[in-house]
Amino acid sequence: MRRPRPGAGSRVMRCGVVSFPGSLDDADTVHALTDVLGFEGVPLWHKDRDLHGVDWILLPGGFSYGDYLRSGALARFAPVMDTVIEFARSGGLVMGLCNGFQVLCEAGLLPGALVRNRSMMFVCDAVHLRVERNDTPFTGACEPGERLVLPIKHGEGCYVADDATLRRIEENGQVVVRYVDANGETTDAANPNGSLNNIAGVVNDAGNVFGMMPHAEHACEGLSGLRDGAKFFRSVDSWLKNGGRA
Amino acid sequence: MSYEPVDEQTALAHGLTKEEFAELCRGIGRVPNLVELGIASVMWSEHCSYKSSRAVLRDLPTEGPQVLQGPGENAGAVAIGDGLAAVFKIESHNHPSYIEPYQGAATGVGGIMRDVFTMGARPIANMNSLRFGSFDHPRTRYLVSGVVAGIGGYGNCVGVPTVGGEIYFDRGYNGNILVNAFTLGIVREDGIFRAEASGVGNPVLYVGSKTGRDGIHGASLLASSEFDDETEEKRPTVQVGDPFTEKLLIEACLELMEKDAIVAIQDMGAAGLTSSSVEMADRGQVGIRIDLDRVPKREARITPYEIMLSESQERMLIVARAGSEHVVQEVFQKWDLDAAVIGEVTDDRMLRVLAEGEEVVAMPIDPLANGAPVYERHFAPPAKLADQQRLSLGDVPPPGDYDRTLKQLLGSPNIASRRWVYQQYDQFVGGNTMVRPGSDAAVVRVKGTNKALAMSVDCNSRYCQLDPYVGAMTAVVESARNVVCAGAEPIGVTDCLNFGNPEKPEIMWQFREAIKGIRDACGALGLPVVSGNVSFYNETDGRAIPPTPTIAMVGLIEDVRHQCTQWFENDGDLVVLLGRTREELGGTEYLATIHGIEKGTPPWMDLAVEKAVQRVCLRAIREDLLVSAHDVSEGGLAVALAECCISGPGKPLGAEIDLEASIRPDAWLFGESQSRILVSLRSKQLTRLRELAADNEVPLSVLGTVRGSRLRAGRLIDADVQELRDLWSNALGDLMEGH
Repeated sequence: MRRPRPGAGSRVMRCGVVSFPGSLDDADTVHALTDVLGFEGVPLWHKDRDLHGVDWILLPGGFSYGDYLRSGALARFAPVMDTVIEFARSGGLVMGLCNGFQVLCEAGLLPGALVRNRSMMFVCDAVHLRVERNDTPFTGACEPGERLVLPIKHGEGCYVADDATLRRIEENGQVVVRYVDANGETTDAANPNGSLNNIAGVVNDAGNVFGMMPHAEHACEGLSGLRDGAKFFRSVDSWLKNGGRA
Repeated sequence: MSYEPVDEQTALAHGLTKEEFAELCRGIGRVPNLVELGIASVMWSEHCSYKSSRAVLRDLPTEGPQVLQGPGENAGAVAIGDGLAAVFKIESHNHPSYIEPYQGAATGVGGIMRDVFTMGARPIANMNSLRFGSFDHPRTRYLVSGVVAGIGGYGNCVGVPTVGGEIYFDRGYNGNILVNAFTLGIVREDGIFRAEASGVGNPVLYVGSKTGRDGIHGASLLASSEFDDETEEKRPTVQVGDPFTEKLLIEACLELMEKDAIVAIQDMGAAGLTSSSVEMADRGQVGIRIDLDRVPKREARITPYEIMLSESQERMLIVARAGSEHVVQEVFQKWDLDAAVIGEVTDDRMLRVLAEGEEVVAMPIDPLANGAPVYERHFAPPAKLADQQRLSLGDVPPPGDYDRTLKQLLGSPNIASRRWVYQQYDQFVGGNTMVRPGSDAAVVRVKGTNKALAMSVDCNSRYCQLDPYVGAMTAVVESARNVVCAGAEPIGVTDCLNFGNPEKPEIMWQFREAIKGIRDACGALGLPVVSGNVSFYNETDGRAIPPTPTIAMVGLIEDVRHQCTQWFENDGDLVVLLGRTREELGGTEYLATIHGIEKGTPPWMDLAVEKAVQRVCLRAIREDLLVSAHDVSEGGLAVALAECCISGPGKPLGAEIDLEASIRPDAWLFGESQSRILVSLRSKQLTRLRELAADNEVPLSVLGTVRGSRLRAGRLIDADVQELRDLWSNALGDLMEGH
C-alpha cells in the first residue's frame, strides 16, 4: 500500500469524490466529508483525468449513466477512471459505496460482481452490519466484530463471485462487512439482497480498495437516528494521518 | 400533410363539442387547420383549461404573508425564513398509470419534479398518494406493483428521496386508480424563476430530450375523458420516462439559473410544446414564433401535428436573454443534453409555427390560453346519499373478541404497515431525511439552517363519499395535525382534486362541497392553498371513484431540536389523549373491515376544537414536554396505541391502558373521532401539559403507562406487542404475494 505523504498528520485530508453523469450521492458525500467529518471533499468530474492532488478517492452512489446496460458498466470507461485505476494500482486508497462498489467491480479493482437483488425489487432500509476486520484502512476505528447500523438503497446489491474467487476472498479475509441480524448472526432473513455469505463489502487483495453497498455517507450526522457511517471515514483519516497504520 | 380548414367531425373527434368548435372559430376568426385544431383541443381540454372547475376554485384561500407564489405558476412557493422558500405542488397521473402502471407512475413523478425545479428550486423530497381497488380485483396486484416500482424506478434514479405518502385500497377504485405525486423543493427567495416570456426578440430555446411520438393527446383524450372497453387502445398516449436524463436536466437547469442568462422557463408537461409556448407567451402578454425544423427529434418523419402534441418527457422550454444563447448551450453541452434555439419572442400576441418554411399555425394566443368556455356545471346531491348516511349503532353488534378485532384491523390493507411500499423508495438520498416514512409526517432538514420541513399527504375518501364537505375538511385538518405531531407549524397546502365526470350533477355537487370544505378548514387554520391540480373523469363504464380531494400539507419546524415522532420510547412514560372521544362509528375502517358496513356520517368536525388541539400539541413539543405524538385516525384509539407500541425503530414497547366506560367500548377503541392526538411524556411534565390543555380548553385524559411487552386495554385487549408488530409489518407484503 502506498504510504501517505510525510507531514500528513497536521493537514486536512483531501478526498476526491467522482461525479459521473447520474451520480446521486456525490454532493451528499462532499457535504459529509467537508461539513461533518473534517475532510476537504474535492469534486472530480468524470471528463477530467486530473485528480487534483487528493489524498484518497471515493466513488459515490447513484445510477451512473442511468445504470443502463449494467450498473457500473459504462462508468468504468469514463476518462477519470483511467487515473482512478492508476491511483489504486499504485496503492492509493479508494472507497466505493453502492454504485461506486459496482463500478470498482466492473473496473476489475475488486473481486466479484453485484447483480439484481433476489427479491427483484429495489430495497431501502436501515440494516445491521458486522465488521469482520478492523485492520484495514477503512475500519480501523471499529472494534473487531462490532455491529453497525447503516442505510442501504439499491436494486442491484446481490454480491456474487465464482466458487474459487469466493473461497479465495474468504481465506484471505477480504470480506470486511457482512449483513447480520440484531444479534449479530449472519442469518438468511438478515440478508437484504441475497448476497453470497451475507457479504456487504470487500477489499482487494492489497487492502487499499474497498467497496460496500451500505451508505456510510448518509449515516454521519445522526439524521434518522443513523451515525455509524462516520466510523469508516474516521478510520481513513487516522490511517492517512498515521502514515499508513490503522 | 394538409393545412386545409378542418370540418366539425374532426373537431368532435378531438374532444371538442359543437359549441366549443364554433367558439374556437369565432375566437381565431376562421376555421382552423388540423395542426391548429390539435393545439386548440389540448389547450381547451379539461386538463389544461380547468373549464369545469375554474369558477369553483376561486373560493379557495390562496393568500397569506408567507405566500411568494400562489396558484397559476408551475408550483406554489412559501417563505420559510433565512431568505429561503419552499416550493411545492401535487399532481395526478391517474389514467396513464391505469393503462401502463410503471411508465404512468414514473412519468408522473418526473413531471411534478420538473414543475418544481422549473421554479429554480432544488427538489429535496417526494411524496405520493395512491388509491387502488380491492385485493380481490384481478388487476390490483399488477397495478400496485407496477405503480410502486415506477415511482421508485424514477425517483430513486434522479436522487430525490421519497419520504412519505399514503396508499388505500377500496373497490371504488377497481376501474380507475389514483396516482398523485408531490414534490417539495428549496430555493432562495430571490432565485425564484417564473414562466413569463418577455423581451421581444429574445430567443426561445428547447432543452432536454428529443421529441418523439409518445404521449400524443395525453392531456385531451386520456386525462379528460372517462374509461371504457377501448381504454387499452389508448396505451400509445402514455409517455415513457427516462430518469437519467431528468437528473442531468435538473443539474443543467439549476446550474443555468445561477448565470443570469434566462428570462423564463417552463416544463413541457401536458400538451408539451403547445402548452409551454402558449402559456409562457400568455403570461408575458407577448407572442411566440417557433420553427419546428429546429426542434431536436427522435424520429425523422414526425409531423408538425405530432411535434406540437407530443408529450415526450424531460424537455423544457426556455426564453433566454438575447445574446446569452451560448451560455445556455455551454451548460447543456457540459451535461450532454440537447439545447436548440427554435424560435423567438414576438410582439404580435400570436402563436406562429413554421415547418419546412411554411407557416402552419397562426393563431392569437389569447383565445387559446383563456378562450376556453368556463362552465358553471349543474350540481345536485347523489340520490343515494341519504340512505348511505343512515346508520343505527343499535344494528352494529359489538365484537365478541376485541383482541381478534384489533389484529384483524392491524393486518387489513388500509391499516397495515406501508413498509412493503416504502422499502422500494430511496428515503435517504439528499442527506436531509430526519424522519423516514412510518411516522405521522416525514421531516427533512433545510441544509444550512436550523430548520426542517415536515410534510404529510392525506384524504379519507370514505368520509368524502359519505359527506364531501366534512370529508374534505377532515383531509385538511388531518394533514395539518400530522405535521403538528412532528413539531411543525403548517404553512401551506397543495391539493389534488380527484373526481368523476363533472358533467354529472352529483359529481359536480361532490366537487363543490369538497371545495367548500377545503375553503373552510384552510380558513379556520389560516392556511393558503398555493398550488394544485384537478383531475376529473375518473370513471370507468359510468362508475365514478369516491371523491378524493387529496391534501398535501407542508409545515415548518423552526428549530430542529424540537421535533417529535409517533412511537413510544421509554418504559414508564405516561400515555395521554388530547381531545374528546365521541360515540360515533360512521365511515370507520372498523365498520368497513369487521362489519362490512360503509355507511353513516363521517366523524364530527369542529374546527375551533381542532385548532386548539393542534395548538396545545405544537406548544408542548416546542416546550420539550412530549416524547411522542401520534394522530388518531383510521382504526381509532386502539390502532393508534398499537402503532405507538410497534412502529418505532427499536424493540416494541407495551402499554397499560385504562378503559373509559362511558361510551360503547368498540366506539372508544375503534371509533375515529377527529381532533385527537395520542402523546407520551415523562410523568413530571404532566402538570405543564395539563395547564396548556386547560388554557386552550382542550380535553386531556391520562390513559395509562408505557410498560412491559404487552398492549393491555382494560379487560378487552391483551396482546403481545412483538406479535402485533410482525402481523402489522408483514401484512401488506403477504397480501401482495397473494397470501
